[in-house]
Amino acid sequence: MLTLADISIGQTVTVQDVTGDDPIAIRLMEMGLTEGESIRLIGAAPFGDPIEISVRGYKLSLRKIEASRICVAPPASTH
Amino acid sequence: MLSTPAALDNPATKDPGANITIALVGNPNTGKSTFFSALCGIPARVGNYPGVTVEKKLGKYTDAQGQVTVVDLPGTYSLSARTLDEMVSVDVLLGRQEDVPNVDVIVVIIDATNLERNLYLFTQLRQLGKPMLVVLNMWDRMQSVGRAIDVDQLSQRLGTRVLTTAASRRQGIDAARIAIREVAQANCSQPPNIFSELFQSEVKTLGEWLTSTLSEDIAPFLVERLIFDVGCAHASQLDKRVRPNGQVTTRLQEIRERLAAANQRIPALETRERYRWIRSQLVGITTVPDEQVRTLSDRIDNVLTHRIWGFITFALIMFAIFQAITTGTVWAMDWINENLQAWMISTVETLLAPGSLRSLVNDGIIAGVGSVIIFLPQILMLFFFIGLLEDCGYMARAAFVMDKLMTRLGLSGKSFLPLMSSFACAVPGIMATRVIEERRDRMVTILIAPLMSCSARLPVYVLMVTTFVPPVSWLGGWVGLQGSVLFLMHVVGLAIAVPVAWLLKKFLFPGDVPPFVMELPSYKLPSARVVFYRVWERAEAFLTRAGSLIFCTAILVWAAGYFPGDHAQLDEINHQLEALTAEPNGQTSPQIEALENRRRTLSADLIEQSFLGRAGHQIEPLVRPLGWDWKIGVGVIASFPAREVIIATLGTIYSLGGDVDAENESLHAAITRSHWPDGRPVYTLPVALSIMVFFALCAQCAATLMVIKRETNSWRWPVFTFVYMTTLAYLAAFLTYQVGTMILS
Repeated sequence: MLTLADISIGQTVTVQDVTGDDPIAIRLMEMGLTEGESIRLIGAAPFGDPIEISVRGYKLSLRKIEASRICVAPPASTH
Repeated sequence: MLSTPAALDNPATKDPGANITIALVGNPNTGKSTFFSALCGIPARVGNYPGVTVEKKLGKYTDAQGQVTVVDLPGTYSLSARTLDEMVSVDVLLGRQEDVPNVDVIVVIIDATNLERNLYLFTQLRQLGKPMLVVLNMWDRMQSVGRAIDVDQLSQRLGTRVLTTAASRRQGIDAARIAIREVAQANCSQPPNIFSELFQSEVKTLGEWLTSTLSEDIAPFLVERLIFDVGCAHASQLDKRVRPNGQVTTRLQEIRERLAAANQRIPALETRERYRWIRSQLVGITTVPDEQVRTLSDRIDNVLTHRIWGFITFALIMFAIFQAITTGTVWAMDWINENLQAWMISTVETLLAPGSLRSLVNDGIIAGVGSVIIFLPQILMLFFFIGLLEDCGYMARAAFVMDKLMTRLGLSGKSFLPLMSSFACAVPGIMATRVIEERRDRMVTILIAPLMSCSARLPVYVLMVTTFVPPVSWLGGWVGLQGSVLFLMHVVGLAIAVPVAWLLKKFLFPGDVPPFVMELPSYKLPSARVVFYRVWERAEAFLTRAGSLIFCTAILVWAAGYFPGDHAQLDEINHQLEALTAEPNGQTSPQIEALENRRRTLSADLIEQSFLGRAGHQIEPLVRPLGWDWKIGVGVIASFPAREVIIATLGTIYSLGGDVDAENESLHAAITRSHWPDGRPVYTLPVALSIMVFFALCAQCAATLMVIKRETNSWRWPVFTFVYMTTLAYLAAFLTYQVGTMILS
């Protein structure tokens, strides 16, 4: 399964699901990472972790360990 | 005298609704604190909610109708009651927090540039059934990035008053004051139905069952939260109140199963439906410029979070801050020590005759006040930079850049700045941990911050290194032994902090690694007002909360060093000295010198006879394994208020007077001459090293301990810090001395 931790910088993907029911999963969803939402990977910190994404019109940073809980799919329209 | 009718005496003309309480709620980074300051001015009453580390901030303002009490709740993304901040917020909003008046109006502060995510909290607050006012803050910034919101339409769709402000420019604040009054008097509309009929009927049934079983009303908001928050504390509390116990959890499980069967799985249901509702409300009323247009903020970010440039800029900024809080504040600290305090002391000397009262005022009170305000330059400087970095948006990037390295220590990027600042002084460093939201990370950072080698340790290192470490150097003078020892002393605390942090996480604060999910706000020019509020707030909190405790400690230690000795002779000598030095006659200098010598010897005797001196003798068996005599013991006890006090204390004990510094030649000579009764010198290289290692690791700093008390809202943590650090310091000093002696013999 493709997760947010696997995609490359500049890529836009769609959130499929956030794995888990624990506080971390809930926090990710509360920050707007819900099913069907489109997100873009903007960049990464000097050591490649954490990463920075654009979601719902704002910038969010999260560690790769958290990003790997976000299952994503490439956008449906790949010309 | 005129008698007035009783009816006129009674101030019943006041409208019962004249004094109201409002709560400010909002996400972090929405300018909520700035809005609060613009509304209430400064100072605010800042403290903690009873028993928890959640900051309680109250303010007041008066308008035409009466007084308005403003409660500034901690910034939060959600009201799901998973964190302490959220739990306290819910309690305040529901009127269940005893020391806060019932909230009449909820003011939701929203970042207008980030409407969608900010409205998530709004949808939760809406369920509380209280009058609400939505404030779209940072309106000026939103306009400048080419966005637009139809405010009238938004107000209609949300069912609440909506107004726009730019709190950092004080725009819209008067309108907000008026709107708060109007909202307080109006009836609040029905909350929107965000969730499915099935969910709503489950809430209704559960609410009715709880009301009849517990025979008390449960707010619909709480009933909803019971269903949403799996494993929440509230459910287990209710479980204990129903017969048979545990029924609430069972019912909640059944409800969640029924919802899941209808494709409404908890917890995803809540976020999914709220965001779906928000988006549907925003259709057609917001304008966002083309996503592909890169803003200035994006371009700045390309450099500041770049793999190489990001790191270099970060290092430069941190270096500049460190320089500013160390060398940049030296002049102010010297001025406080040398000019202000000296001026106060000499003023007192002209007013009071030598005696215990003068000693209390000069050596107790003035020294005590001095030991509090000496921290102000560093606190002001650090919070000036923190305010600047936070307000321009870089603070979050700094945490982002440093996170990977800090996770190696089991901490997050947010701990970097507090720990780095602690190398200058742990007091502002610990105060800076407020930027860390996760309780575990914050606590561990607070508890290891005093291990960083602060500037107050330097005098001790300098005295020992220059006296006992031979000035050899290698590589053509580039690497000196003295410098290397000094450097090692700075590394010792940091090196010990790594396993300490690990142990604290493992045993005292167990649990999963807290997530690092952090918003990166857009860059903007910092506002002078916001920075000023930030600096003021911290300085005020330090002076009022920690200052009084630091002051008391200084007085206590003064008393321990003064009593129970008989100071009559010393006072007499001081009297004579002052009379002699007042005469403009150069002939008396041998006489002055003789008196000075008498005074120094007497002072040394008096401190030996004092409670402090007796305690030093008492602990001698305890410090012997470290290679110390009772004089060093006295120095260590006397330096409880602050490490550098040991220099002055040693000066007094060695009959040199208290006004020596670490580079004083006669102090060097005196400690070199100091010997045991059998003639062996007290100070050898291993003893000097053991003293340095002790001071590198000990918690001899009342200010740090009092700031820990204030920041953790409990006496438990300063006591813990003192015990663990003293134990560590003792063991390390013991090892250093024993191993050092073995190697050298």
